[in-house]
Amino acid sequence: MKGYAGSILRVNLATGQISKEPTPAEMARDYLGGRGFGIYQLFKEVPKGADALGPQNKLIISTGPLSGMLIPGGGKCDWTTKSPLTGGYASASMGGHFTAEMKYAGYDSIILEGVSPKPVYLLIEDGKVQLLDAAHLWGKGAFDVEVEFKHKYGEEYQIAAIGPGGENLVLYACINHDFGRQAGRGGVGAVMGSKKLKAIVVRGTKSVEVADPEGYRKAGMALYKACKDAEGLAEWTRYGTTVVTSWCDEVGALPTRNFSAGSFEGGEKIYGQTMRKEIVITDKGCFGCPCPCGKYSHMKRYGTYVEGPEYETIGLMGSNLGIADIQAVGEANRLADDLGVDTISAGNCVAWAMECYEKGILTKEDTDGLELKFGNIEATFALIKNIAHRQGKLGNLLADGVKRAAEKIGKGSERFAIQVKGMEQSGYATHSATSMLLAYMTCDVGAHHNRAWAITYDLQVGRSLVVPEKVARVIWLQNFRPMFDVLGACRLQWVELSIDRDLYVPAMEAITGIHRTWEDMEAVGNRIWNLTRLFWMRENEDFGRSWDQPSPRFFEEPPKTGATAGQITSYEDVQRLLDMYYEQRGWDNNGLPTPATLEKLNLAQIAS
Amino acid sequence: MRLYVDSTKCSGCRACLVACSLNLFQENNPKKAALNLIPHFPAPGVYEMKVCTQCGDCAAVCPTEAIKLNERGAYYVDFDECNLCEACVPECPEDVMYVRAELANAAWKCNLCGDCVAVCGTGALWIAD
Repeated sequence: MKGYAGSILRVNLATGQISKEPTPAEMARDYLGGRGFGIYQLFKEVPKGADALGPQNKLIISTGPLSGMLIPGGGKCDWTTKSPLTGGYASASMGGHFTAEMKYAGYDSIILEGVSPKPVYLLIEDGKVQLLDAAHLWGKGAFDVEVEFKHKYGEEYQIAAIGPGGENLVLYACINHDFGRQAGRGGVGAVMGSKKLKAIVVRGTKSVEVADPEGYRKAGMALYKACKDAEGLAEWTRYGTTVVTSWCDEVGALPTRNFSAGSFEGGEKIYGQTMRKEIVITDKGCFGCPCPCGKYSHMKRYGTYVEGPEYETIGLMGSNLGIADIQAVGEANRLADDLGVDTISAGNCVAWAMECYEKGILTKEDTDGLELKFGNIEATFALIKNIAHRQGKLGNLLADGVKRAAEKIGKGSERFAIQVKGMEQSGYATHSATSMLLAYMTCDVGAHHNRAWAITYDLQVGRSLVVPEKVARVIWLQNFRPMFDVLGACRLQWVELSIDRDLYVPAMEAITGIHRTWEDMEAVGNRIWNLTRLFWMRENEDFGRSWDQPSPRFFEEPPKTGATAGQITSYEDVQRLLDMYYEQRGWDNNGLPTPATLEKLNLAQIAS
Repeated sequence: MRLYVDSTKCSGCRACLVACSLNLFQENNPKKAALNLIPHFPAPGVYEMKVCTQCGDCAAVCPTEAIKLNERGAYYVDFDECNLCEACVPECPEDVMYVRAELANAAWKCNLCGDCVAVCGTGALWIAD
């Protein structure tokens, strides 16, 4: 198969058995790679009802046909598993240089199964694969682990590691790579920790054959030229994802004090422009990226370094905690990365606890003495550490995510636990942004933005409209955008530089030898979307409409301040959005794919 | 003409390395590239990039005269005439003369094809006199 490494590496951590098998041609045909390979193998291989942190769950890492190639941003890999946070599907996309290395080593997927009796790391050097003792690394931060492996093995090795958060089974633990890129969401790091796998170290020296070398080179160069000629290149590269911070603040989408508002009075102090001026020291690109959004920062006050903060972290660990201080946000980011917890979920959990504290639902007795008011930087640092180590009453409570924490504490705190399906909401306040709200409600991993980033569309067409066109837009984005995660490349060249997406078509054809239009690939995206839905249904007997509901804050509590003051989406409109969404998706009124839809998508067999 | 680099503009993406290996070997393999990327992380957080200055020191010591000038006025390795003796490697002041027998059966170096410049999005690389 051209464009693929050709093999799947299977590692049983319980027995230590390591085996390789050819990548199935039908899987490549129907699911293409990356996220597609992830859900297909997860659905087939993980038995119904498996404990997400038990031996039956698997952690599946997949590259795609564009990974490691001369394609802008061909450095994305997918980490799929059953989520310990949500009990459903988890898929986290990681940038950096790991996926290229993994593909050059010869693997389209790595399937990690079983639970090791003791801490180990996985060393992959092309065909030579070993599980080695990691007792001396257990308990260490992810950065230290990476430094140690870079010294031990050399710069050509790429490393993905968990921090104490993953070891301690924080349900939203992440996996770190390249001093600052993460597979962040859904608790993939907790699954790795449950398997007692501290790190994966990989080096690959092989090439990947393509179907048409000259066509590939030409198509790849055309994509690079389009990126370099793009009008927005300089601004995007200067600020990266933080470029949207000021815009979000202006339009009322910047999460502020646990999403109680969408504009922050201290916003300017955490804008991308402030960050660039005050803390950024270099741009840091993922593999093959001509428009690097990664910013590497030095926080002089703390004497520390971090890749970031990204917009999402600025929102969730800045304004959402009432912190108007970019160095403090950077330091909170660094702590979370090194300790191995997702900044988005952690930011939500801390914000929810701060609101509980200010409302008297939690007292100093519950917070282990922390004065947990919005804006308290030191308390934020302390709580992030407590969460990662499951230390103290509150740290341990919040390590299970905001939904479980609110269920335990009660007293109305469930109404302001900002999550969908148990996953904490990422960085867009959705009091009045109906497409973005629907995107969060229906996202296949929980309240995450990247499947359908519809917030700018909301502002373009009328933020509070509840019309079929908006729903159709969300569905199109959900089918199309995740295809980049399937192909193993970054979507931001298309999103941010507006390059012509049809430039990818000849590149895909030259690499794989198969002509596919974007319509063909969107059909694959639709199949994958529905298969993820089937996974949720299989793993949760009561799965349906009730799982697609947003936080009540977005239909009960209009913000008191900022651009969206007084604005809210009614509960009835929320349900109308779902009605239209289910109908357009070919799902029943409870949000379950109908037999006819499954038949049309060639999923009837796998569903049975 | 030679290749220049401003390391402060490099973001470490390795696009140049892939483009280079594709030109030299028709392979996607950054380990077979003729530029040298040295990241310094987590501190001080900078990328260092080394490129060939076309100084010719490698060619001067090559016992088989495998390192020749091409139509661009750049020194390149004639793969057929290289015997992997490694005499050229220590002569290179920039550490961008490569012999790695496990990866290729000839030495390699920059031939000034310019593909690295074409894919670099941050303007870190350019060709000039």
